[in-house]
Amino acid sequence: MTKLNSKIPKGNLADKWTNYKSHQNLVNPPNKPKLDIIVVGTGLAGASAAASLGAMGFKVKIFCISDSPRRAHSIAAQGGINASKNYPNDGDSVYRLFYDTIKGGDYRAREANVYRLAEVSGSIIDQCVAQGVPFARDYSGLLDNRSFGGAQVSRTFYARGQTGQQLLLGAYGALSHQIKLGNVKLYNRSEMLDLVLVEGKARGIISRNVVTGELEKHFGHAVVIATGGYGNVYFLSTNAMNSNSSAAWQIYKKGAFFANPSYVQIHPTCIPVHGDYQSKLTLMSESLRNDGRIWVPKNKEDAEKIRKKQLKANDIKEEERDYFLERRYPAFGNLVPRDVASRAAKERCDAGFGVGNTGLAVYLDFAAAIKRLGKDVIEERYGNLFQMYEKIVDENPYENPMMIYPAVHYTMGGVWVDYELQTTIEGLFCAGEANFSDHGANRLGASALMQGLSDGYFVLPYTIQNYLSKEIKVPRMSTDLPEFNKTLEEVKGRLNKLMSISGNKSVDYFHKKLGHIMWEYVGMGRTKEGLSKAVELIRELKKDYWSDLRVPGDMNGVNTELEKATRVADFIELGELIALDALQRNESCGGHFREEYQTPEGEALRNDNDFMFVGAWEYKGEDQMPELHKEPLNYEAIEVKQRDYK
Amino acid sequence: MQKSDCMKSILNYSSLSKKYIMALAGVFLMSFLVIHLAINLCLLRDDGGEWFNAAAHFMGTNYIIKFFEIFLFAGIIIHVLIGVVLQVKNWMSRPVAYKSGNKSTTSFFSKYMIYTGAVVFIFFIIHFMNFYFMKMGWVETTFKIRGEEPNFYLVAQALFSNTNYSILYIVLITILGFHLNHAFQSAFQSLGINHPTYTPFIKTFATFYSILIVVGFNIIPLFFLFFKA
Amino acid sequence: MDLTLEIWRQENPKAKGKFETYKVQNISPDCSFLEMLDILNESLIDKVQLPINFDHDCREGICGMCSLYINGRPHGPDNEVTTCQLHMRKFKDGDTITIEPWRSKAFPIIKDLMINRNAFDQIIQAGGYISVTTGGVPDANSIPINRNDAELAMDASACIGCGACVSACKNASAMLFVAAKVSQFALLPQGKIEAKDRVKAMVAKMDELGFGNCSNTFACEAECPKKISVSNIARMNREFLCANIS
Repeated sequence: MTKLNSKIPKGNLADKWTNYKSHQNLVNPPNKPKLDIIVVGTGLAGASAAASLGAMGFKVKIFCISDSPRRAHSIAAQGGINASKNYPNDGDSVYRLFYDTIKGGDYRAREANVYRLAEVSGSIIDQCVAQGVPFARDYSGLLDNRSFGGAQVSRTFYARGQTGQQLLLGAYGALSHQIKLGNVKLYNRSEMLDLVLVEGKARGIISRNVVTGELEKHFGHAVVIATGGYGNVYFLSTNAMNSNSSAAWQIYKKGAFFANPSYVQIHPTCIPVHGDYQSKLTLMSESLRNDGRIWVPKNKEDAEKIRKKQLKANDIKEEERDYFLERRYPAFGNLVPRDVASRAAKERCDAGFGVGNTGLAVYLDFAAAIKRLGKDVIEERYGNLFQMYEKIVDENPYENPMMIYPAVHYTMGGVWVDYELQTTIEGLFCAGEANFSDHGANRLGASALMQGLSDGYFVLPYTIQNYLSKEIKVPRMSTDLPEFNKTLEEVKGRLNKLMSISGNKSVDYFHKKLGHIMWEYVGMGRTKEGLSKAVELIRELKKDYWSDLRVPGDMNGVNTELEKATRVADFIELGELIALDALQRNESCGGHFREEYQTPEGEALRNDNDFMFVGAWEYKGEDQMPELHKEPLNYEAIEVKQRDYK
Repeated sequence: MQKSDCMKSILNYSSLSKKYIMALAGVFLMSFLVIHLAINLCLLRDDGGEWFNAAAHFMGTNYIIKFFEIFLFAGIIIHVLIGVVLQVKNWMSRPVAYKSGNKSTTSFFSKYMIYTGAVVFIFFIIHFMNFYFMKMGWVETTFKIRGEEPNFYLVAQALFSNTNYSILYIVLITILGFHLNHAFQSAFQSLGINHPTYTPFIKTFATFYSILIVVGFNIIPLFFLFFKA
Repeated sequence: MDLTLEIWRQENPKAKGKFETYKVQNISPDCSFLEMLDILNESLIDKVQLPINFDHDCREGICGMCSLYINGRPHGPDNEVTTCQLHMRKFKDGDTITIEPWRSKAFPIIKDLMINRNAFDQIIQAGGYISVTTGGVPDANSIPINRNDAELAMDASACIGCGACVSACKNASAMLFVAAKVSQFALLPQGKIEAKDRVKAMVAKMDELGFGNCSNTFACEAECPKKISVSNIARMNREFLCANIS
């Protein structure tokens, strides 16, 4: 059994990162060009890591499934990026950002990692400004901040509602610079399908050029996985269509542990599903809850009539409305945290009070705010969101209340990494949303961008050297080694198998089915029975998948159905692991809510005595029960408390 | 040899440089048109062509004007040549056309510059044969002042008395107006002159200018058709 | 809604493509355009036929991956949206919709409606960045930037690199794309240091890749889903002129 060694440096929390950097091994300049690093993924973490490593002098190969690195889904982040700059002079500090992040994560994140994240947060802003990221500024020309959920200070830097886009374009620019200099080589429209191990160390990948269909072998002294989260297991999510977990899943199968898969964030303010043809859900900034009031009809009959379009929202009288968040949480009202708001909406809809044609929506009403503040103020604050809503739903949200419903958004769980972001496979690193490390059981707003860039610009480029310094004598390996050929054959076998099933159902049919199971039983409210049922259903689905799937076309050239088929095969298996992890975690924390474990008021009830650990799963073979390893979480610098929103 | 080198270097200019030259040559030609119009308007004076012929004489003999004439011809040639070079590249940039055409909102005239330009060029040649060649003595005419210089007033009068010629003239000048309407504002944009305050003014002025040119030049055939015929 | 679709099919970059006609039935007006194509593809797979390939990813109008030239306009009949945000309610029951790939020498077709937009990456690689490397940069607030300039830079930087500008331009010119990036950095003090080299390199690369010239028809601005202004093109013209004469 591999023992989990988180390699947290000794010393005071505040000194750990400095000490680490002072004592770690480095690679000297002449040796850097002799070392190859493979980076998979071109989002914030991947692009920033590749650009930084390339600038240091390493030879980097970066892989991108889209046509350009700029398409990565980091681009869709709206709100902003946190940093403890304390520019507004409101009392922010590294410690406070660290504390808020740990607390927001419901005390399930690794203390040392989070502290380091808070420590480098300021440098990220400096770096991005130097790259020409057009952050919002005040009239003096200095940077502006806004406030965000889960914090008492204004520490969020933003570029309108497109912060993710601007940060990604900054990293993409830095990456493009290194590509021009020849330090980084870009492989676009290339999908990693497997990891190559040589003598137990990560030494390369097998990728498929999705344009020609060719399988390629690539060598690297180290491999970095930065392929984002696995929200698309749920089929409908705010993730992009191409976002997938296959790279992470393949390395799991090669021996990297997968941590806390059940920590999935469900975001309350998304535009609801409007039909079974729907392919994706659109998120609207959670800032809308500052002025919107959430309600459903008090009477089931009214809700039913609304669903049948016999009544309109505005026909329901004030006293016939149930402002359920204000009713249940009088102190926080509509501003309860994401997980609480999401669960409450689901509860009402499940009870038959939902609106919209599917009954899976609640109202977010701005009528009171418009009356109080005037339409102009609301337009100024949320104009772009209202416009987006109107484009999609075709209803004027100034006149009719908006409809919202929760949707899968972000995955806190991911590949287990140590303090150096190294997985349990030597030479294999994991950065960004793909790893598990910084957000615990729940992520605060504006923290994802911070983590991706912190990993890519300021953490990985250091820690990877501690490993590579031992590899300087290893010459570049030939990709004709038996290990490469064997893995290539395995991949080919897998693809052939998918192509040869020749069943009757499309990939999307199975993906949607998986999504339904996941949403129903492994969604916002989980129970032991439901989870056990999910495991059972997913296992059946897997059998069906491998016997009734139809992938048209062939393996040569573009075949998007084949690409989807490989991903959904992995989603099905990962779906099972999510359910298993949720099943073993007999407590509620953050995004993981077990209905058996709640306070009488319906709040998440943690069990710190038994579950204050990272649950890292080890693959034990096809259809075998994976083994759970526990990394205990020790909090030295902060006091662990119950989250309370009353 | 030298010529082809020169041509090659023009071809090798960046697309933006070609546009600068296009714009500068165009602006120069547009300023010339104003002078040309001023002279033409002399035709309206009921003086038996005295002013008009005096102006024509001045334009044909003054050394400063002759000096600028070189620039005028160079401007026309460069404007046409580069226009064609740019257009060929434009056509090559989309080898397969859209089946459903283009329904994007754009200013109407901007899409047809090469065609309106070609029409203007043809007009220019006709015009040249009628007047400039005569001035150079390459084409004989019976209308002469004191039996020496061509009497352009009478030449013009004869041409405009022909209804078909006048109609053609009016149509071609109108097309020139279309060309100018876009050309004027486009030149500013190409030269990088764009400002939230001044650009709307430039656009209005472009419309005003093109209407001025069209109306100004076309008054003359109408005048001859209706009042002199 | 019942619709007739005329869609460009092309096996591979070298194959000769042609239009194929398809019918779709019972499409909800709330369906997005790409979801309508998903439905068509599912029905094709059901009939053991090859689905239609098209580029798409985020489906929320920000990644710039989706394209499609729909009834004579890039991203279809709605304004300020990408194809993924175009909804079927913008069409009428019984309509015939012609769907073509972006057509440009610089954007070769990969398959069906999928195109290769690497040319945009190459233009950015030619100089569409500030050459700082990680670390060693000054504090973020040590570079004050006029708020209006920062806003204009943000306007330009909102470009999603979809290529609608090239697609709409009668000359398949990439001026708006290039100008947006040139402008973003020309407006910021950080970007001014390499401004001259940047604009020269990016324009040279743009010309080399086979894009057409700018005729100032402004179809690009009309079709840009992010409403990038052609004043950026004027700014680039200015920058390039100054870079070459000074």
